[in-house]
Amino acid sequence: MRVYFDYNATTPPSPEVVEAVARTTREQFGNASSIHHFGQQAKALLDEGRSAVAGLIGADLSEVVFTSGGTESDNFAIRGAAEALEPTGRRHLIASAIEHEAVLNTLRALARRGWRTTLLPVDQSGVASPDRLRELMTDDTALVSVMHANNEIGTIQPVADLARVAHERGALMHTDAVQSVGKIAVDVRALGVDLLSLSAHKFNGPKGAGALWIKRGTRMQPILTGGKHERNRRAGTENVPALAGMGVAARLASAKMGAEATRVGGLRDRLESGILRTVPGTVVNGTRGMRVPNTTNISFDHVEAESLLIALDLEGIAVSTGSACSSGTLEPSHVLRAMGFPPHRTQNSLRFSLGLYSTEAEVDRVIEVLPRLVEKLRGLTRKAVVAGG
Amino acid sequence: MKIVVAMSGGVDSSVAAALLAEQGHAVIGLSMQLYDQSDPNRSFGSCCTLDDLYDARRVATALNIPHYILNFERQFDEHVVSNFVREYTSGRTPLPCAHCNSDLKFATLLDRARGLGADAVATGHYARVERDESTGKVLLKRGADPAKDQSYFLFSLTQDQLARAVFPVGDRPKDVVREYARIHNLPVADKPDSQEICFILDNDYAAFVTARSPDTARAGAIVDESGRKLGGHDGIHHFTVGQRKGLGLGSSSTGTPLYVLALRPVDRHVVVGPKSSLDRTTLTASGVNWIVGEPTSPLRVSAQIRHRHRPAHCTVRSIGDGRAHVVFDAPQIAITPGQAVVFYQDDVVVGGGWIE
Repeated sequence: MRVYFDYNATTPPSPEVVEAVARTTREQFGNASSIHHFGQQAKALLDEGRSAVAGLIGADLSEVVFTSGGTESDNFAIRGAAEALEPTGRRHLIASAIEHEAVLNTLRALARRGWRTTLLPVDQSGVASPDRLRELMTDDTALVSVMHANNEIGTIQPVADLARVAHERGALMHTDAVQSVGKIAVDVRALGVDLLSLSAHKFNGPKGAGALWIKRGTRMQPILTGGKHERNRRAGTENVPALAGMGVAARLASAKMGAEATRVGGLRDRLESGILRTVPGTVVNGTRGMRVPNTTNISFDHVEAESLLIALDLEGIAVSTGSACSSGTLEPSHVLRAMGFPPHRTQNSLRFSLGLYSTEAEVDRVIEVLPRLVEKLRGLTRKAVVAGG
Repeated sequence: MKIVVAMSGGVDSSVAAALLAEQGHAVIGLSMQLYDQSDPNRSFGSCCTLDDLYDARRVATALNIPHYILNFERQFDEHVVSNFVREYTSGRTPLPCAHCNSDLKFATLLDRARGLGADAVATGHYARVERDESTGKVLLKRGADPAKDQSYFLFSLTQDQLARAVFPVGDRPKDVVREYARIHNLPVADKPDSQEICFILDNDYAAFVTARSPDTARAGAIVDESGRKLGGHDGIHHFTVGQRKGLGLGSSSTGTPLYVLALRPVDRHVVVGPKSSLDRTTLTASGVNWIVGEPTSPLRVSAQIRHRHRPAHCTVRSIGDGRAHVVFDAPQIAITPGQAVVFYQDDVVVGGGWIE
């Protein structure tokens, strides 16, 4: 039995999605910009997908701009807003310290070009505070970017409150909702944001498809220039098969939303309590209250996460830590570091993220295998400590 | 047997993995990331670059074995790089590969391997291990290819480490190893051998030491054997015993070429003199590792004082405290502190230590 508990990295596409991508590739090869029949067919598929995505997040379909995925959407949101606001004299950006690299490294890139950037800290439970944001805001803050749900620990941020604070000073609010869209109900109006990123392959859609929701009236510069695609906001021939697939995934996610969240939440809780019960020296990172239902992040005392992850993989169980560097090795988690954890705790945690095809039998298999592996690794660690004096 | 192969992305460790897989072992490929790969502009050296790690992964894919990259930045810095810099700053010429073998590959990596339930760690070294049935001890022997033999770099492995070491290519010549890679279509079959110290870019170790330890780059005097000043230098880490080029002195007044005889960190003196002054017939080694046990009486061996040195007949005597005294039958040129002296009887490594 192979167990896949790494849904926050990517999800297996639903059969309906696979079929839609294959069928579109096979039968609807037209360029959506073309005026003729083939182009119109492709355009119709895009509109269908756009309407499904808009439905998933409570948006109007004219506000949904298709992209290649979460990273492009985040880049678009931040760079596009920054460039549009530059003439107003606003030269300051704020993002939370636990953002995805797509946000953090985009801020770093803009910092090299003269933008001031500030990281909004989080507390020990992994949550950012609106009051703290208010202290960091200035009159020249252009944009605040705080993710909806964190990819490593799953905590849900108080985005609506943060957006109110950002708007008090006239700044735009962006949220990277890549890890929440499809897992929990997301409503752009309720969140009160101006920009929202999402990615299809995180909710059983295909890779290479995503969207940036841009609230009507928000001034944005495109970051990809070229033809007049996507209402002049994102140039490049649309990846029609993947975007059609995203539409199918969005409809499926909307339909299953509540029941599926409850089911996966039950599995996650079973897994979490099972691990805490059977493996001594374990603790959950981040609040267990406000978080997406599929994720748990657990620290294992006296174990290197790197070794445990490999040992689990050799047993056919796929999990993850939050971050991986370019070679694919593990780095100390910047999320856990931002939560104020000491170095050893940023390197001994594993992320288990479940999803649509996860089963109780898989959960029980992990609970059965894990204690033995942890014990073996701990035995060696203790020996190494003794040998090393 | 479940075996971890330390895969560098080079042809030797790739063939090592292939041979073990072919023999039916459960092979797990592990590669060590030894420095921060996140900054594409930061160059470090020739080994274990991202390209090498990807090569290792491609080989593992071709062999259909699991492969993982371990982050050993901290351990590599602690056990290998820091020692390398410290040795140069103390006027010695380090041998980082030996430390990497005994303190990283057959220490940290071996521990990780055992955590994964593996019984042994294999590498692409040209050396052989053999169990002596009469004593139960494990012997370390030269690789079958004399031109490629790397036993010199493995002298500090203990019995525990050797018992878990596997050197699949050690019993065959390099061209056969390459041929094997070609026949089996391993993606690295034509990759050139690495030659230099892997973490030093362009072999400019002095620049590396200066960057890591700016204090070392302090000027000093070049003096002759009587202490007379002949010139100046930018830091003793630019020199190694036996070096002739780069002194900036030309030749002595008598016209004989000058060689570095000694490096003195205390007064930052580089002592130079004629080639004849490089001859020594004795040396003392510390941190000595006796592979099958410490000898109780003087041993006749042949000793190698650097990697490419032709072994010289000598008598070695343990003087306790992990130290040994060596008397060569004939004078040896440029016995260099910091390098290893490794003792052989025929093809068997008896032991070795660090030249004081």
